[in-house]
Order: sequence, then structure tokens, then C-alpha cells
Amino acid sequence: MSPTQTFLIALRALARNKMRSALTTLGIIIGVAAVIAMVALGEGAKREVEDAFTSMGSNLLMVRSGSTARGGAFGGFGSMPSLTWGDLDAISEEAHAVRAAAPVLQTAAQAQSEEQNWNTNVTGTDAAFFAIRNWRIVRGTGFTDSDVESGTKVAVLGQTVVEKLFGTTFDPVGQSIRINNIPFQVIGVLDKKGQSHHGQDNDDTIIIPHATYQAKIKGGLQKFIPGIIMVSAISAEAAISAQMQISAILRDRHRLSASDDDDFSVRNLSEFASAQQQGTETLTTLLAAIAAVSLFVGGIGIMNIMLVSVTERTREIGLRMAVGAKPRHILAQFLVEALTLSLVGGLIGVILGLLTAGQLARAFGWPMLIRADIIVVSVIFSAVVGVVFGIYPARKASLLDPIEALRYE
Amino acid sequence: MQVAVDTVQLDDIFKLYQTGDVQVQALGGVTLRIAPGELVAIMGPSGSGKSTLMNIIGCLDRPTTGRYSLAGQDISRLDKNALASVRNRQVGFVFQSFNLLTRTSAVENVELPLLYAGVRSEERTVRARAALERVGLGDRLTHHPSQMSGGQQQRVAIARALVSHPHLVLADEPTGNLDSQTSLDIMALFQELNRSGMTIILVTHEPDIAAFAARIITMRDGRIQSDRLQTSLPATATVPSERAHTP
Ligand SMILES: Nc1ncnc2c1ncn2[C@@H]1O[C@H](COP(=O)(O)OP(=O)(O)OP(=O)(O)O)[C@@H](O)[C@H]1O
Ligand SMILES: [Mg+2]
Repeated sequence: MSPTQTFLIALRALARNKMRSALTTLGIIIGVAAVIAMVALGEGAKREVEDAFTSMGSNLLMVRSGSTARGGAFGGFGSMPSLTWGDLDAISEEAHAVRAAAPVLQTAAQAQSEEQNWNTNVTGTDAAFFAIRNWRIVRGTGFTDSDVESGTKVAVLGQTVVEKLFGTTFDPVGQSIRINNIPFQVIGVLDKKGQSHHGQDNDDTIIIPHATYQAKIKGGLQKFIPGIIMVSAISAEAAISAQMQISAILRDRHRLSASDDDDFSVRNLSEFASAQQQGTETLTTLLAAIAAVSLFVGGIGIMNIMLVSVTERTREIGLRMAVGAKPRHILAQFLVEALTLSLVGGLIGVILGLLTAGQLARAFGWPMLIRADIIVVSVIFSAVVGVVFGIYPARKASLLDPIEALRYE
Repeated sequence: MQVAVDTVQLDDIFKLYQTGDVQVQALGGVTLRIAPGELVAIMGPSGSGKSTLMNIIGCLDRPTTGRYSLAGQDISRLDKNALASVRNRQVGFVFQSFNLLTRTSAVENVELPLLYAGVRSEERTVRARAALERVGLGDRLTHHPSQMSGGQQQRVAIARALVSHPHLVLADEPTGNLDSQTSLDIMALFQELNRSGMTIILVTHEPDIAAFAARIITMRDGRIQSDRLQTSLPATATVPSERAHTP
């Protein structure tokens, strides 16, 4: 008997009990749909976190004054500065895993154009900052090292600031603005970056040279940096070595003995990123496990119905044997029935899962990430479920004695 | 000329059933020969072992001891698969309760043995139609069993037994569920098949059904009590296809 023939017989048998077949496949449908939707959701969440960190600069490190050990994570802020301008130069020159380092001095300030004013953030930094943060300039230029050295009054604006001061259509490059009443010339506009994952507007900022910042906006001590140092490692993988090199350099420069705590902290953003990713991966694994359990339950449902079906059709089996069906024909018939149930369930589950994933992605505003391998794996897995749970009833049917089967009431 | 091989050759067949502590002897030493082309009726009281004997002859069951040859082939050595092939090619079964697949058309019911014989789909349909026409159901091809009378259902079952061109047809109380007129029609059909060369063995309780057979075997307590040829000519009945069309 040909495989198509066997398949047709199975389809007809299933069609005879449409409601039952539908209910039986429900377990598999839900299982597979859950796998597809959950994995897509997990991938979406993962990508979301990745994007958030990439937008910050994936190989970004932050060096702060003050110890994390003593003052907690943010203890360094506002406490006695310990980082010096010499530390900054040492980091960018001596740490091999460091590509660039820039000071970041930040304060709130009022910005004014001819018509408007707007309260925003002013960042004083150097020319390397744009590359470190991976922030692109879409109009005009950034400032140069010589701007920083001579303390030129130039500013690069974020999109929100441009919008608030000049409106959406106006090109502000070359215009003059006032920051805390000091006139600055707009030389560039940053690309739109949207919200950070903390919900803070990355575009609501003005970047100026740090020398200008210290001279005109907010002064500081000569030797110490009144802010933090942002560092980009040569690659995401090198972030850890950069962290260790920076620590070593700073401990040496600050003359700390082995028993002393750091008087600075170096934080590696990719550490957060991987922690977050691990979180989402754990979630994905958990959800996949739940989905696997429901597939398993679906398989038991199939086995149950197949056993009922074998019992109900005992006489049919006996008759088929009487007219010449061999045990393997009967085995194939019931196995293919179970397989068809689980495969059809699997395929419906894939469709349902994709629809659900699409809905969820839209609801969360995440990218919808469909992994083809997961679709293939779940379809194969549901087929395996069908075979594994179908083999016992099918074997039971094939081992029936024709006489007893024919006589079965 | 070669000596004709008996279709059925049973030698000292015993069949024992073990039910708990009790052993039932369904057959207690049956020796029997049936030549090709015979029409044999088996009679006897309930429990005398008629069905047990038929099942052994039809290769559905094996004797506990004894030797059985079907058309010269020793059956006792065959495995399950080989027995299935023998049933498929050499034997046709007709049951008292018809045993048709429900919600399946007459043609598809009749095709069933051909399916397991590996016959291609188009040929199956052609042969199933021919078999149904032969039993007078050429106009009921797509009917389901639930849409047919008992007599028509038994005709479908007979068509199914014929479709693989077996040389032996076994019918265990084929008229047991039918009224007397329908029974006579079915017997006429068997008689006609027998005339075309098939060996037919049927079990019946009714003497007027057995009267169609040239040879009547009577069983009692698992043994053959009598085995006689009818002296008078076997009864003849109307050609089945004629009656099938009369209202
Ligand atoms: N599977 C079985 N297990 C135990 N005993 C059985 C089994 N099948 C048949 N028997 C016994 O074997 C004996 C013969 O049974 P069989 O069915 O051959 O009788 P029969 O002549 O066909 O009767 P009936 O005319 O009522 O159909 C009976 O006593 C029956 O109880
Ligand atoms: Mg009987």
C-alpha cells in the first residue's frame, strides 16, 4: 500500500470524527503556538535590550569618582572628585584596550534662540565624545580638539533642542543661541536617537567643548574633572580588559595600596547588557519549557484519543486483517493518523503563534522577530510527538488477533 | 493429467481454548477434504465448533494440533504476514453481521482487499464495480451501508469477498440476519458463484438454506457427525440480478 494511500485512509478516519480530531489537536496547537509566540517575544525583548545598549555604545565604559564599595552605585556623584585630567590622558594613552576616552561634564541650563527658550542639559566634553557614544551629526559638524583647547563657544544640538528653539523646518547651523545667557554658535545637529531605555530623551541635549563649559557654564577645580570619564573599548569583547587596565592605571596613579578600596568606579555597560540578555534568555527558556510541557500534554491527548479510536475500531481492524491487512498496514494506518493529527496541529499552531507574536509585538512596540529555525523545530517536534505518542496505540492495534478483533462487541 | 489437489485438507484438527482453569475443546479431531468447485454446507447445534472450523479453514486462526493444507500449501508453518497474504489472495469471507465499513461507499468497501493487495487505484475501482455488478448492485455503487437493506449490505460483502478472485469463499451464517426471501436470493448468488468455479463453504442453521449445497457436513461437539452428499438435486433459485431490480 502506498504512503499516499495510507495518508488518505488516515485523513478519512479523522474526518469522520471532525470535532474529536479538532479537540485532540488543540493541545498541540496551543503548545506550538506558545513556542512560536514566546520565542518571538523573547527575541523581541532581547533585541530591544541590545538596541538600547547599542544606541549607547556597546563597548562603553564609565569611570566615576568615588568608590562603589563605600557609597553604592551612585555614591561617586557629587562627592569629592578623585579623577584628574591627568587620569584621562593616562587612560586614553596607556590602556591598550581603550579606543578613546572623553570627559563628560553635565548640568542643566537654559538655552535661548531669538524667539524661544528651553531648559535642557548641557554636556561639556571633547571631540572624541561623538565617536564614543556613537552619536552621529546629521547637519553641520562636531567640534575639534582645537575648539576644545581654545574654548570656542560652539554648540552641537540634539533634535529636541532644535525643535524647541527653532521649530521643525529651520536649519539652525550657523545660528546663534544663548546658553545661560552666553552666546554660542550652532555648528552641528545630532541625529535623532529617540528615548533611552530609561525613558529619558536622548535628543534633549547640547554638546559643547569642555573648556568652554568650565569657563562659561560651570567651573571646577583645576586638577580634577568635575564629572565622569566615558571610555570606549576597542571592541565589545575588549570591554573587560579595558576595565581592568583602567583600574590598574588609576590605582597606580592614585597610589592606592593593595588593601585600599578603589576611589573610583569603572562600569562596563556591556555587563548590564549581558545581564539583561541573560534575563531575557532565562525567560525564553522558561517559556519554551512551559510550551514543551503543553506539547507533551498534547501528545498524551493524542495517545488517549488514539487508544479510544483503536478500541472503537477493533472490529474494523479485525475486518481489515481478515481481508488481508498485515500488522504493518494496521500499524502504519494508526501511526499516520496520529502523525496527521499532530502535524496538522503543529501547522495550525505555527500560524496561530505567528499571529499572536505579531499582536504582542505590536502591543509592546517591539520588533517582531520570527525565527525560522524555531518554526521548523516546532513542526518537527510536533511530528515527533505524534509518532512517539502514536506508536503505542498503533502497535496495540497491529498486534490484535483477527478473530478476537472481529468478535469484539 | 495431474491429480487435482484438494482445496481444503484437514487432518486430525484439534482446537483447545484455555479460559481460566477451564479448557474448552472447540474442535476434537476433525479430518476433512473438500475438492475444488464444491459447495458445502456445515450444520450443527450452537457451540459445536462450526465457526472455529471456518476460521481455521480461512487462515484467520490456527489449529492447536493437526495439519492443514490450503490448495496444497501447508498453512501451519506460515507467519502472520504470510497468513494475511493467503487470506488476501486465496480466501473470501462473508460474515453474518456483514462487517462493512460504516460511512464508506459500497465501491470503497469492496475495494478493501485490493488495497492490501497493492492494486492501483484505477484498477481497484474498475474491479470493485465489476464485482458489485455481478452481485446485482451496479446501481448502488456510492451508497453507504446505512443507506442499504440487509440483503444489499450482504451483497456488498459478497462482492468484497469476490473482488480479489479467491478460489475459496467462506460464509459463516451469511443469511443469519436476513429474512427468508432475501436469504434465498443470497443463496442463489452463492450457487451462481459456485457454478463459475469457486469453492464455497457456508455455515447455516436452516435446512432449506443447506438444501442449496450438494454436500452437507453436520458437526457435534467439535467433531464431524455426518458428511453426506445430497441425493436429490440441490435447490435452484432465481437469478439474483433479476430480483434486485424488482420493487
Ligand atoms: N475465544 C474463545 N475462547 C474460549 N472458548 C471459545 C472461544 N471461541 C470459541 N470457544 C468455544 O468453542 C466452542 C465452539 O465455538 P464455535 O463458535 O465454533 O461454535 P459454533 O458452532 O460456531 O456455534 P454457533 O452456531 O452458536 O455460532 C464453544 O463451546 C465456544 O464456547
Ligand atoms: Mg458460529
